[in-house]
Amino acid sequence: TNPRLCLTAPIEFGVGHVVDGTSLVSAVCTAQGFVFNYSTHTSLLSADISALLLLTGDPAFNYQEHELNERLKRLYPAVNEEETPLPRSWSPKDKYSYIGLSQNNLRVHYKGHGKNHKDAASVRATHPIPAACGIYYFEVKIVSKGRDGYMGIGLSAQGVNMNRLPGWDKHSYGYHGDDGHSFCSSGTGQPYGPTFTTGDVIGCCVNLINNTCFYTKNGHSLGVAFTDLPPNLYPTVGLQTPGEIVDANFGQQPFVFDIEDYMSEWRAKIHSMIARFPIGERLGDWQSVLQNMVSSYLVHHGYCATAMAFSRATETMIQEDQTSIKNRQRIQKLVLAGRVGEAIDATQQLYPGLLEHNPNLLFMLKCRQFVEMVNGTDSEVRCFSVHSPKSQDSYPGSPNLSPRHGATNAHVHNTGNTDTLHTNIFEYAMHASKAKHIKLNLFTNVVYLHSPETSSAVDCVFWCVDSDSEMEIEAEHYSNGVTESSTRIMNGTYKHQEILQADDSSVDDSCSSRQLCGGNQAATERMIQFGRELQALSEQLCRQYGKNATHKKMLQDAFSLLAYSDPWNCPVGQQLDPMQREAICSALNSAILESQNLPKQPPLMLALGQATECVQLMARVRSGSCSFARVDNFLH
Amino acid sequence: MACIEILFRISDKFTATSRHYVDRLFDPDPQNVLQGVIDMKNAVIGNNKQKANLIVLGAVPRLLYLLQQSSSSLELRTECAVVLGSLAMGTENNIKSLVDCHIIPALLQGLLCSDLIFIEACLRCLRTIFISPVTPVQLLYTDPTVIPHIMSLLSRSQHTQEYITQIFAHCCKTPEHQMVLFNHGAIQNIAPLLISPSYKVRMQALKCFSVLAYENAQVSMTLVNVLVDGEQLSQVFARMMQRDKPIEMQLTAAKCLTYMCRAGAIRTDDNCIILKTLPCLVRMCSKERLLEERVEGAETLAFLMEPDIELQRIASVTDHLVSMLADYFKYPSSVSAITDIKRLSKLRHTRDFCNQLDHDLKHAHELRQAAFKLYASLGSNDEDIRKKITETENMMDRIVSGLSESSIKVRLAAVRCLHSLSRSVQQLRTSFHDHAVWKPLMKLLQNAPDEVLVMASSTLCNLLLEFSPSKEPILESGVIELLCSLTQSDSPALRVNGIWALMNMAFQADQKVKVEIVRALGTEQLFRLLSDPDTNVLMKTLGLLRNLLSTRPHIDQIMSSHGKQIMQAVTLILEGEHSIEVKEQTLCILANIADGNTAKELIMTNDDMLQKIKYYMGHSNVKLQLAATFCISNLIWNEEDGSQERQDKLREMGFVDILHKLTQASDPSLCDRAKTAMQQYLA
Repeated sequence: TNPRLCLTAPIEFGVGHVVDGTSLVSAVCTAQGFVFNYSTHTSLLSADISALLLLTGDPAFNYQEHELNERLKRLYPAVNEEETPLPRSWSPKDKYSYIGLSQNNLRVHYKGHGKNHKDAASVRATHPIPAACGIYYFEVKIVSKGRDGYMGIGLSAQGVNMNRLPGWDKHSYGYHGDDGHSFCSSGTGQPYGPTFTTGDVIGCCVNLINNTCFYTKNGHSLGVAFTDLPPNLYPTVGLQTPGEIVDANFGQQPFVFDIEDYMSEWRAKIHSMIARFPIGERLGDWQSVLQNMVSSYLVHHGYCATAMAFSRATETMIQEDQTSIKNRQRIQKLVLAGRVGEAIDATQQLYPGLLEHNPNLLFMLKCRQFVEMVNGTDSEVRCFSVHSPKSQDSYPGSPNLSPRHGATNAHVHNTGNTDTLHTNIFEYAMHASKAKHIKLNLFTNVVYLHSPETSSAVDCVFWCVDSDSEMEIEAEHYSNGVTESSTRIMNGTYKHQEILQADDSSVDDSCSSRQLCGGNQAATERMIQFGRELQALSEQLCRQYGKNATHKKMLQDAFSLLAYSDPWNCPVGQQLDPMQREAICSALNSAILESQNLPKQPPLMLALGQATECVQLMARVRSGSCSFARVDNFLH
Repeated sequence: MACIEILFRISDKFTATSRHYVDRLFDPDPQNVLQGVIDMKNAVIGNNKQKANLIVLGAVPRLLYLLQQSSSSLELRTECAVVLGSLAMGTENNIKSLVDCHIIPALLQGLLCSDLIFIEACLRCLRTIFISPVTPVQLLYTDPTVIPHIMSLLSRSQHTQEYITQIFAHCCKTPEHQMVLFNHGAIQNIAPLLISPSYKVRMQALKCFSVLAYENAQVSMTLVNVLVDGEQLSQVFARMMQRDKPIEMQLTAAKCLTYMCRAGAIRTDDNCIILKTLPCLVRMCSKERLLEERVEGAETLAFLMEPDIELQRIASVTDHLVSMLADYFKYPSSVSAITDIKRLSKLRHTRDFCNQLDHDLKHAHELRQAAFKLYASLGSNDEDIRKKITETENMMDRIVSGLSESSIKVRLAAVRCLHSLSRSVQQLRTSFHDHAVWKPLMKLLQNAPDEVLVMASSTLCNLLLEFSPSKEPILESGVIELLCSLTQSDSPALRVNGIWALMNMAFQADQKVKVEIVRALGTEQLFRLLSDPDTNVLMKTLGLLRNLLSTRPHIDQIMSSHGKQIMQAVTLILEGEHSIEVKEQTLCILANIADGNTAKELIMTNDDMLQKIKYYMGHSNVKLQLAATFCISNLIWNEEDGSQERQDKLREMGFVDILHKLTQASDPSLCDRAKTAMQQYLA
């Protein structure tokens, strides 16, 4: 999958905090100092692959595959392999019959007669070189020069005759080992570089920015060989005499030549080109556009104090009045803190009619509210727990902390799981009267963590719904996200080695023992009741507007939480992650803004989205520089 | 007329205001003085005319006085240093005036103050003065306490770091300077600055290392063991050569590693040389780089690979370097065009335009000489590379015209290049002859400075080799006198080359040539050379003698006219303290003499000489035994007049016994030689 730019709703750093308006302004005026939190999903693919690796056989091969994927990802981050796959091996289909392939289609040997040039044979890679690579590179090691060493390494377009060496025909380019000549779509070569033979490693680099190609020999660049290359060329090798064997390296191994250094030069070139883009007389215009963008962004997200400070310093106008911003800010804070019920109330009070006109939004909010009840954070269940101090938000509210995405701290969660479970098992064994059957459940869950296949066994055990007094649990253990010294110490000593890298808030999230609805029975009852209301609302909406698959799924997911002994560590437990509040929060915010006839998206985000799209479009129209003009390079 | 008057008035006005500024420096109220200095500061910024005026009006001594006066407030002293720094920013003449007023000791004294702002102002001014080419670098080293004190200021601030490293980088010109800085801990103090957050500091620190390490083994050896933040210095330098770093940084880091490598601190096959430094320097030669960068890149690369054939081979195939260098000659398109433009533009009084052209012309020279140097280095060992160079477009023509360019630097580099290529037998036979390179070379040899002469005569030696088709025309051009005069030079290198060329010339030469050589050189000079303190000269002189004394008629002729002196010289050498090689060569000459018809008698009648031959036949060194045996063999050779008598005499003297013994020698060639000689007796 392609890494997507994912801007998460930022955390307030304006209200209640010291606002350094001037430094913010100066940062913005350099057009570089955007203060977004962003994150990419780059690690998802590798995580998927490592998961796959556990299931498949040959470890050496898997390791190489893994290396390959990692290296390709690093070298060509702009390539979307779903659209344009990268060459990974020689194609067993796109070759002349005199070519034999082995070693995962990476080794090529000659198996023809090799009498004369009519016996030449070539093979192409599985895919053409995507333009989004920007700079593409592969290497070929000469395992044996065979009888005469008539070997050609290069590029050719789809459909070029394979009964030839690369370079001899139109749209075909090659560097030949016997004479060191380069062949540019011609039967006669030009003196180019040294000859090459057994043991040499020849590299071929295609620059898709200026459409040139150069070769390397044993890590030394030989200089430009071809210019004005057409698009969609395939890596190609050709052999002509018996005994010739070559191995390709499309990234399976580290390259002999330092291609990343070459890429860094081009990255720097493109970046300086962007930085020096002439804006001529319009400097002032640009500045005010930038200031307005920043200001509107701050206003959009309700960073009231910051926005005010910024507008004072830059003398920009803010369209929305301050109270309105503050109202939105308040509502957002409530949603982000998981107090969705209060957020709904506030919305209804401040923007009457808004939710009535947006039944979908209301339903989403209510679903979220249900989830937060399970979480024990919604005020409707929180009010039952005496021990819950008001100041404790489960949402990591520090301004410099961006919420982490699931993929990046999956490891932390997993290590936490088992331990939390053990704690739970212990507690339940102590307190639950139906200990036997719960224990069974819990142990099955432990097993589940290690092998996904067994999960079906525990899917539908609604233990919590029909439990009653037995479910009472010691007060210390209810909190989600509440840091109580006793729990923390216990958990801390338990697993400090595994999660030392995690900061405090994640310790709170994943480690303290969490209990349904904060472990309070009354709260649980309230939640059940709320669930019924939600079910009713869903049915009503269904009658009114027809079936809605999204709603159904949402509701199912939310209710499914109750099916697990530890909802935080179940297949649908992701919903409980505080990060999940961000989407609904921004939907609500957009709806409010829309109702006030304000743009539902800040212009900055639109511009960012447009820039990202542009870069992707560049890849599709084969403009190689897109590889080095990535939007995330400019977000800090 | 009116115009001029106005001009005068304006300049009067200027001087008047300038005088006012100077007058205020003498105000009795210190507060007024301070304000005066501040006003002066604002007035001189960017105004060269004002700066010159103030200097003429004597502001400098007063400013220096105020700066040195401990009764002056720190603020005043600082402002004085700032104004002086501003004056130094002007023309070179300004700097000269400032230096003449002894500004340097005054500022160095100022560094002893404890106030950082004042120190920084002094350092900034010192920096500006020291980076000027007109300032004598030595002034930094006159007071031995200065360097250690400056070194201690490195820790004060980023500014002190920047100025001090910049001063060091400009003032380290000789091995002595290197050692002074090294001994005061320059390496330990400057190394941490390589990872300073300030680019300027990093860059100047890097420059310091490049000048410190240049041709200095001790510094280089120390550098390889220095760690910066746990990382080896060579790795820090390698990182600075990454392709996204500023060119200046890449180039300077490559210089550092080059110097460390040439000083033997890093092996030439080290990856950081082969895979990083060399490609980086090749990149610096590319068309995309600035002219200065291309010059420095080529010169550094030439220096890096000079002694290493493997590096030469790699460089020769890297990024089309050989043809890339050909572009160095295309700037500007033609020299004559520039001079034409200059003449035209002078008429139009556009001085800036002229300066620009001078600048371009200078660059053209620099580019050409750098290219020649790099070609010379590339082609110094490998025949294939030489072929590639000579096949580069118009290469030989360029060398030929380079030999007669006005710039000595270009001529020297061109002749170096020619010399490097002249080591190729094939090139001597083909391109050298086709382009008649001997002609400009001969011209170059007239009245050239010694360094050019050494290279040119050395090339001439190769051109005079027997298989070189240029040998004939050179001979005809009357080169002998010239070479003979070289043998009288004070420079040993020139004497060697002169006599070497004569030696090559005499090899298998006509009688006429040989006679001419002997005549032109004169026996006196010949014998003077035989007692030359330089062994090389002695060896080549013996070689010349040996070449002169070949083929029987020549031997007899020369020996008949110079036999007495030659025999004397031979005796002298055989009796003297000389190396085996010298003695061997001398014995070979004797063997040649023994081959003559009449010349033989000179040996046969000289019992002392025969005793010497006998001695060397029994010498512990096989080479000498061989040469001596060869000599005897010639004397007793049958089929020649009087061979019987000679055989008898030598038998009497005991030579047969020795020969007999030598037939048992373990060395096969000696054994053979002795057997052949014995056969002469048996026949």
